[in-house]
Amino acid sequence: MLNFKTSLKKTALSIATGSLMLGMAMSAPATAKTFEPQQVTDMLHLVLESDRTIYTKKVVKRLANKHKVIKATESFEDDKSLPLPAQMFRFGAEAVADKTDKFSYSLLSLWPINKQNKPTTELEKKGLEYINANKGKNFYGEETLGGKKYFTAVYADVAVATPCVGCHNNHKDTPKKDFKMGDVMGGVVIRIPLK
Amino acid sequence: MSRNILFWLLWLSGTVAIGGYLTTTMFYNGDRSSLLIGKTTSGHHQIELSCNTCHGNGFTDGDTIQKACLSCHENELKVSKDSHPIKKFRDPRNAARLEQLNAMKCVTCHTEHKPELISSMGMGVTIPKDYCFKCHADVGKDRPLTHKDLNFEGCASSGCHNYHDNRALYENFLEKHAKQPEMKLTQLINNLNYEKLSEEYGGLKRGNPLNRTEANAPKEHINQKLLDTWHDDAHAKNGVNCSSCHQPNKEKQAWIKKPGIAVCATCHKEENKSFLAGKHGMRLAPNMLQSKADPFGLFKEKKLSPMRPELARLPMKQSAHGTELTCNTCHSVGKNNHKFNIQKAKVQACLSCHDDEHSKAYLTSPHHELWQKELKGELPKGSGVTCATCHMPRIAVEDEYENEVFIITHNQNDNLRPNEKMIRSVCSSCHGLQFSIDSLADPNLIKKNFHGRSAFKIESIDWVLKRSSKPEENK
Repeated sequence: MLNFKTSLKKTALSIATGSLMLGMAMSAPATAKTFEPQQVTDMLHLVLESDRTIYTKKVVKRLANKHKVIKATESFEDDKSLPLPAQMFRFGAEAVADKTDKFSYSLLSLWPINKQNKPTTELEKKGLEYINANKGKNFYGEETLGGKKYFTAVYADVAVATPCVGCHNNHKDTPKKDFKMGDVMGGVVIRIPLK
Repeated sequence: MSRNILFWLLWLSGTVAIGGYLTTTMFYNGDRSSLLIGKTTSGHHQIELSCNTCHGNGFTDGDTIQKACLSCHENELKVSKDSHPIKKFRDPRNAARLEQLNAMKCVTCHTEHKPELISSMGMGVTIPKDYCFKCHADVGKDRPLTHKDLNFEGCASSGCHNYHDNRALYENFLEKHAKQPEMKLTQLINNLNYEKLSEEYGGLKRGNPLNRTEANAPKEHINQKLLDTWHDDAHAKNGVNCSSCHQPNKEKQAWIKKPGIAVCATCHKEENKSFLAGKHGMRLAPNMLQSKADPFGLFKEKKLSPMRPELARLPMKQSAHGTELTCNTCHSVGKNNHKFNIQKAKVQACLSCHDDEHSKAYLTSPHHELWQKELKGELPKGSGVTCATCHMPRIAVEDEYENEVFIITHNQNDNLRPNEKMIRSVCSSCHGLQFSIDSLADPNLIKKNFHGRSAFKIESIDWVLKRSSKPEENK
């Protein structure tokens, strides 16, 4: 359990460090090199995707599926099990949202198990449809939410490990039961407010 | 001086005088009851005259009020694994939802000073009961097997869902405990060995037992009865000497004849924290002020007085009026006695003040019968159910470093509303989940102190089982 806690901390730390560096880059003096929103979201996505993949493969798949020493379940606190990769991702997003409004991110899908994770804005829907139809490509756009303008990027969230496919195909609330390895299962949406 | 100027001067000085009086009363000192803009909720009525606690300096914005809400309720929400925490709504993708219902602010649903808006759900909810519709309108489509055509007024008022605390109501929990019998095989209260648990988790520190000759009070403050009752009780047995409470700081302090709750709190830290968070101790919590110091030194800071039964909105015994509620009110045996009675605080102390139907019915309830049998030694320790068993249960709390600490919570309100909060900390010790949910859903059964059976059957567990047995039909 201690090792697991350490790995959680490391994941959170690496996201925080990445975010901090990007934050510093964004607020650098005019003379320094500035980054375009797309570059920033691309870099953020690299960190998020890498951590998400590592948690899924090195923690969940290895311990729950391969060695079967612990389970990964939605009610992980009561079950004394591992949080699901999607929960892990959301906890990070919520912790970031508690600290800054300079960027935000979420994990959405056209076929969500939790219906709160279906697209809610027009651009989210367009973006998720685009990354699904154009494998390997990202989607970028701008939208106004609550009177504020945002740069919104959507990146494909691909089935990288068998537990992703197994869990989603068998869950009682899944609207889609034929996911295969390598399929686009959803998308990571990253937003940066524009002035 | 013309008459006109005289009138103007009179008007001006009158306005300044009245304005000054009202401003002083509002911000610093005076009778503020006439300034209350509407009856406060039952949760806040005890502290309604400490205006600054919520309103800051009086010219504050919504953020200050939000901070004030969280300064008392944030930890409670964290512990309850809040299903709708503010952090969930910070993502800008929720902008359209927040326009419907601003879930970022407590006052959206819990407006104070508006008694006419209080919903029948209680808990200070001031919006119509069907608020779930605003974000979950599609639930009938998403869960046709169980939620099709349901009325949204019932989501949070029929025993199925709570907005914040769903620890005993979430789907996997219901499924896991669906088949429990009404009465469990072993019926003993949770965390019976909390003292051991508390020590293991770094709770109360205990010292070596002290004998009579080691008592370190000056002669003029001690007599044989005090010495004996101290020696035979928990404090001497755990190394707490006279000066530990009566003169904690020998160099700087004189002998304190009657140590207050601040002294108790030096050891019983978590108990004190929970006492100040509940209805018995909230008036003594930090920042609850009757008057505030002003920049010119005209007024001094004065805290609210301790709670007294006659200030309560629940029926209280006339004979208890005037009693101030501190640690000693429930734990002290009497004058010239240093025995701290934990038994008295389980039933006797409660019933010496509380005079409502539920409290009075306790003495003829099956729970009381169990308690009597435990006292007689007919049943093992932990079999009896007292007032404190349910309202001040032994629970695990987290300290500031998220370490688990086992305490007897002294916040009697902690698991009271919505009452399903009581299931995990209390009812589940002896009863199955369905039985507990049904019993708590029947207000008449609660009035009778659980003498009899619930008139209601809450269907949530059946629905969960239906969903898991027919997953195909649920799409």
